[in-house]
Amino acid sequence: MAQEPLLSARGIVKRYGRVTALDHADFDLYPGEILAVIGDNGAGKSSMIKAISGALVPDEGEIRLEGKPVHFRSPMEARDAGIETVYQNLALSPALSIADNMFLGREIRKPGVMGKVFRALDRAAMEKTARAKLSELGLMTIQNINQAVETLSGGQRQGVAVARAAAFGSKVIILDEPTAALGVKESRRVLELILDVRSRGIPIVLISHNMPHVFEVADRIHIHRLGKRLCVIDPKEYTMSDAVAFMTGAKEAPREAIAA
Amino acid sequence: MGDPHGAAQPSQEFEKVLVDSSKEVASFDAHEKTPVQRFQHFLHSNPAAVPLIVLVLSLLLFGMVLGGKFFSAFSLTLILQQVAIVGIVGAAQTLVILTAGIDLSVGAIMVLSSVVMGQFTFRYGLPPQLAVLCGLGVGALCGYINGFLVARVKLPPFIVTLGMWQIILASNFLYSANETIRGQDIANNAPILQFFGNNIRFGSAVFTYGVIAMVLLVLVLWYVLNHTAWGRHVYAVGDDPDAAELSGVNVKRMLISVYTISGLICALAGWALIGRIGSVSPTAGQFANIESITAVVIGGISLFGGRGSILGMLFGALIVGVFSLGLRLLGTDPQWTYLLIGLLIISAVAIDQWIRKVAG
Repeated sequence: MAQEPLLSARGIVKRYGRVTALDHADFDLYPGEILAVIGDNGAGKSSMIKAISGALVPDEGEIRLEGKPVHFRSPMEARDAGIETVYQNLALSPALSIADNMFLGREIRKPGVMGKVFRALDRAAMEKTARAKLSELGLMTIQNINQAVETLSGGQRQGVAVARAAAFGSKVIILDEPTAALGVKESRRVLELILDVRSRGIPIVLISHNMPHVFEVADRIHIHRLGKRLCVIDPKEYTMSDAVAFMTGAKEAPREAIAA
Repeated sequence: MGDPHGAAQPSQEFEKVLVDSSKEVASFDAHEKTPVQRFQHFLHSNPAAVPLIVLVLSLLLFGMVLGGKFFSAFSLTLILQQVAIVGIVGAAQTLVILTAGIDLSVGAIMVLSSVVMGQFTFRYGLPPQLAVLCGLGVGALCGYINGFLVARVKLPPFIVTLGMWQIILASNFLYSANETIRGQDIANNAPILQFFGNNIRFGSAVFTYGVIAMVLLVLVLWYVLNHTAWGRHVYAVGDDPDAAELSGVNVKRMLISVYTISGLICALAGWALIGRIGSVSPTAGQFANIESITAVVIGGISLFGGRGSILGMLFGALIVGVFSLGLRLLGTDPQWTYLLIGLLIISAVAIDQWIRKVAG
């Protein structure tokens, strides 16, 4: 690819005590693509994703967003830079309402004195946006936008988390196992959403164990093994069994893919 | 980048049958709920309802048994005066407990602040207004140390505040040399220290400024907790700190600000305490920590954090006040009061567990 990567990482190292989770790992995300990240359990996928989403500060290495080096010390900083993440545990506050959750950390305040002096939240505006975003995802089976997230089913919670990312992600959206808790139909909807987001020009990083889903939507597949990027393959040139073989070390990774 | 699949085309064999699948969306609340379930759901969305109901019932009960002796403007406002200090400290405790913490040092911070206000005026001859500010500052500083140890050093709140309780209380005795400043001296030289002891009377109803301050404080905090981002973050941090952090809340800064504000409110309680007892005594308010936790728990605020309303705490404090005065007017042994309060605490937590099981 001749294009400049939108988000790239070089030589990322992260150690937890004596365990090295990331061992000089690299990462590249190009504009407008869907990049799937796959790897066996413990390969360091989650640590890699956390490093680029600000949830984890790497010990070594460099991360560049649009060519400029960035140093995220918290998820907030990554979010402010336009990187939005849906974590596997969803990161929702169960006792808060759907609208409160969607706007957690970026609340809208009322205009004028009520907002400036009394810091009052503009509930009406937040609820309106939340409702609109959920409808876009076909999630309006939720009747009451003010109901607490803990009263929703697993799939609905996932929907709220994905809607939050889709609503605010301006540069990159990272989805960690977005279909793990979903039924067949809901998974399909999330995949449609992923393609829809890409058509708006926003690149997506998709971490998934579901090979059919990965091969269906991904433009490129980043295979993580033993704390580093093993190779990047094109899903049209390799089969699912090839990918699994590379991922588990059953097969030597293709030479040209390592360079990519 | 091409789109080889076309957005909505199911590419996997097993998904082809989805075309014929039911188009109905999952619906909720369709089945009729039993009255009990509806009541449970109501309580789930209105956490202050249980203590309010208990408060009204206990008022009615004592009113029926005692008649006019209890149901007079004087007695009812006397209850308010008696719970004013616990109510203010309870507001501080509420903030901390909502973040899934606990503050055992509230009473000690309150007493130390009141001693600082008194001693700075009388020992160093500072203007009393400045001494009050110093007292408030000391309270906020104690709270900040609690918050720092909890958020940055990552020690459990119970341990931090257990230690700080002893440290602050000992500092209080060492610094004050166990010396009480007499009410007469305060009234003559620094009446501002007794500011919260002033009152407004309507007939036989007596509202001290301390009572008014408590009610205003609770209302302000209710607004802050429910209608500002900071307040929502308090709940989010108590609910699930990891989720709050990942969704963009600065958890450490929130915890430090909560403990600092809690310390500041305790210092305010210390000022109100001077108004209530008239003098500055380093031995006053020994049980404020336990009483404030009692008010919070009876008020239906979960000790696991993230759930409950500060109005519940106020009702909880009032329930304790109603029982204390009612039973005293009945002439029973005061131990009955403690026994009943113990029962209330256990029932309150049992009801909290039941309400948490609600779904939908």
